Parts: sequence; structure tokens; C-alpha cells
Amino acid sequence: MAEQTAPPQSTGGPGTPGTGTGKPDAAVVRDALGVGIAVGLSGFAFGVTSAGSGLTLLQTCALSLLVFTGASQFALVGALAAGGNPYTAAAGAFFLGIRNAFYGLRLSQLLALPRALRPFAAQWVIDETTAVTLPQPTRRAARIGFTVTGLTLYTLWNLTTLVGALGAEALGDTDAWGLDAASPAVFLALLAPMLKSTTERVTAGLAVLLVLGLLPMLPAGVPVLVSALAAPVVLVLKGRRGSGTDRTLTEGTTHTKDSR
Amino acid sequence: MNIWIAIGLTAVGCYLAKLLGLLVPAGVLERPLVQRLAALLPVALLAALTAQQTFGDGRHLALDARATGLAAAALALVLRAPFLVVVGSAVVVTAVVRALL
Repeated sequence: MAEQTAPPQSTGGPGTPGTGTGKPDAAVVRDALGVGIAVGLSGFAFGVTSAGSGLTLLQTCALSLLVFTGASQFALVGALAAGGNPYTAAAGAFFLGIRNAFYGLRLSQLLALPRALRPFAAQWVIDETTAVTLPQPTRRAARIGFTVTGLTLYTLWNLTTLVGALGAEALGDTDAWGLDAASPAVFLALLAPMLKSTTERVTAGLAVLLVLGLLPMLPAGVPVLVSALAAPVVLVLKGRRGSGTDRTLTEGTTHTKDSR
Repeated sequence: MNIWIAIGLTAVGCYLAKLLGLLVPAGVLERPLVQRLAALLPVALLAALTAQQTFGDGRHLALDARATGLAAAALALVLRAPFLVVVGSAVVVTAVVRALL
């Protein structure tokens, strides 16, 4: 119920083009810090989950430093913990990371970075930086938003990963503390804002049925990959039922979890 | 060793995906079908991962304390709680239920 009555101020997402032109730098920095700090702290949950799944401190920190896209990190750690082989585990994590390519596409037009800088900026192209950057009214604001969010988030995410991994070692049996529920809760929190229309809900439902139905039959890690087929299947079915009700392109492409 | 292979592949793959978007000329990935698939793929994967990590126990299905934890997280989401509260409520409820059972 709260969903309907709450004011629609949670966006700031890419769907809403910036109003007003001369947004002060301080306001942009404030937006960026808010997202960067809130999400950066949740690296703690990753550190704990990863260490609890049996990864070493070095492996856990390497994931946050090198992969730096939360959903993929959680997916990889979960698949390895379930006994999946490294290739299916990495494939699942990679599929989740593909969306960042589409964020980069939108960001590159907005930021207009020099080519030499792009390989360095690339590591920060994730949900949160995109959510902060896209609605900015000017190039200057977009660049400030991207840089401040990226820097804050990268620093905090890695620090809290380290603290979480160390904490997990001190805790011992992480399952006794309920920490095995952190990872599915993270996935659910990322998923919830994406369930905007029937298409997304049907896709999610079909994926759940597929993964639970296939779990007893296929090797660990494979059912999740197969359930990804729910996406093309739903698109094909939807295409057959006529394309008159399609939403606009821009809405359908940038799902960001800025509410998290 | 296997874990390092998985980490290496994921790191390279995810980085290249990020870089690709910044490097390719606009238009290459702008085809409607590609865009819609890219938007819907995370929905399918995240839903599957949520279900698997809540109800999966190796290669068996299990209904245990994690399900109550996830229900708590869902409630927190409906109430528009911040991200950390959502995750925290799942952890706390799971731990409590597990201790009681």
C-alpha cells in the first residue's frame, strides 16, 4: 500500500530528464555522495557473504576491486558456494554484468570523455553511477555526478568488503547468524524496482519456475543460466501478441536500482 | 585454483562489458530488440538467483528459515525501507527463526 501512497520522489533515475538548467555543483555532489555512501556501505554484506561462502580474504577483496558490480559478485560467490564449476559460475555473473554495456552507451554520449580516459572510467560504469549521472542537466553536472559517485562508491565498497570479510572470519559459522539470507535479499532488493510492468513480472515468474523446476535435475549453476531464457521467451510471446502496447524505448532500456 | 579462474573470467568479462558501452559508436547497440533483451535479462537472472538462494539446498529444494527472512525483506521493500534495512531484516529474521526451530 505504501507503494501507491508514497510520493514519487524516489526516482532521480534516468527516466526523468533534469528540469532546470543551472544546477549548482554542491547539489550534484550531495546527490552523488548520498547514493555513494548508502550503497558503498552494503559492501559489508558482500564481504560477509563471500567469506561465509568459503572464499579467502584475498579472493573476496579481489572481486570487489576487479569486478566491482554488486549483483555479479553476489551471483558468482553464490554459484561457487553451491558447488558450481567456475565456468558456469562466471557465465552467470557475466550475464548480469552485460547491462553495464548499455549504461556505458548512454553515459558516453553524456560525459563525452576523451578516448584515453575511457578505459579508466569504464570500471565505474554501474547502476548507481548511471542513476546519478543520467538525470543531470548539463555536461559539467553529469561529469561531477559520475566522478563523485564512482569515487565514493569504489572506495567505500572495497573498504566495507574488507571489513565484512574480516568480520565473517571472527563470526565463525555465518549461517547461524542468518547471513546466508543476505544474498537473496540483495537480489530481491535489486529486482523489486525493475518489476515495473507485466512483461517484467511475467519474466521474473517464469524464471523462478524454471530455476526451481530444474534445480534437482541439472548441475549447480546451470539452472540459473537456463532461467535467463525467460527473457527472450517472454519477448517472443509478447511480440506475437502485437506490438501496439510497447513502451517507449528509453523507458525500457535503463533499469537502475537507484532506490537502493 | 578454480575460484581464481572464476574470479579472473568474471573480472575480465564484466570489465569488457563496461568498456564496450563507452567505446562503441552509438547506434550499434541501439536496436530495439537488443535493448529490450538487455533490460529483461537482469530481471530473469535476479529472480532466478533470489529463488535459488532462498529455496535451493545443493540440488534439493528446501523450505527453511531463509524463506521467512526473504519474506521480511519483501515486507521491508514494500514499506520502502532503505537497502541496508532490507538486507538487515532478512538476516535478523533468518537468524531468529533458525535459533527458535
